Amino acid sequence: MEIKWYIGLAVALFCTGIVGVLTRRNSIIIFMCIELMLNAVNLLLVAFSKMHAASAIGIADPSIVSNAQIFVFFIMVVAAAEVSVGLAIIVMLYRNTRSVDVNFLNRLKN
Amino acid sequence: MALFGAIKVVTSKSPVYSILYLIVVFFAISGHYILMNAQFLAIVNLIVYAGAIMVLFLFVVMMMNLNTDTEPKKNRILQFAGLISGGCLFLIVVAAITKTADSNNLMLMAIGDHGLIKKLGMVLFKDYVIAFEISSVLFLSAMIGAVILGTREKQVK
Repeated sequence: MEIKWYIGLAVALFCTGIVGVLTRRNSIIIFMCIELMLNAVNLLLVAFSKMHAASAIGIADPSIVSNAQIFVFFIMVVAAAEVSVGLAIIVMLYRNTRSVDVNFLNRLKN
Repeated sequence: MALFGAIKVVTSKSPVYSILYLIVVFFAISGHYILMNAQFLAIVNLIVYAGAIMVLFLFVVMMMNLNTDTEPKKNRILQFAGLISGGCLFLIVVAAITKTADSNNLMLMAIGDHGLIKKLGMVLFKDYVIAFEISSVLFLSAMIGAVILGTREKQVK
């Protein structure tokens, strides 16, 4: 299978996430769209690692092919930490303003 | 299926439906990992994302009692502008990718053993031990940060 289909799928997922961030006002949904973009990038990294594996079959050190998947693993670790802190921030925001609308944060301007 | 779920995540009115469709997206992405024979990542994706993170999201939404649609009527023009800009980005990136010669490179689909747990574990604990330990420190600090953020309100009262 050619790499371009996976590139197209990942780019489409990423752009859907961007459209969600730009158009929605609910902070939880914005957060979920960020997760969507992270996952699109993860999918693309794994696809490129498999492409690299197909082009490097006879290579002496096979462990360099696994590097991308280790990278994806660390991205997942960081995303899990980020989600816990971000949800704590959203909960605190909700306690303070009784709303999850990001437009309320306009008050930070004045 | 992943694309359908993603579009429903963005367009559904209620956050609970959004979360459920996001779980569908994660399952589809895990299916793609299995197709590419990256089984360890598929299982980790299922456990961490579809299991833990989505339950956390659902828990927060239910705790806030946001089942009703509280989203106010937003600006139509801004919405349209967001849609247009996202579509433009998609078109530009796809057009640029299809022009490159490497976009026809083949992928190793269902063969190759470097996505299995044994190989990944060897690499992870040989070459990336320091990054692994640092990520544990990161988790600890994130946990402490979440607890502090969650309990600050009570101290103010």
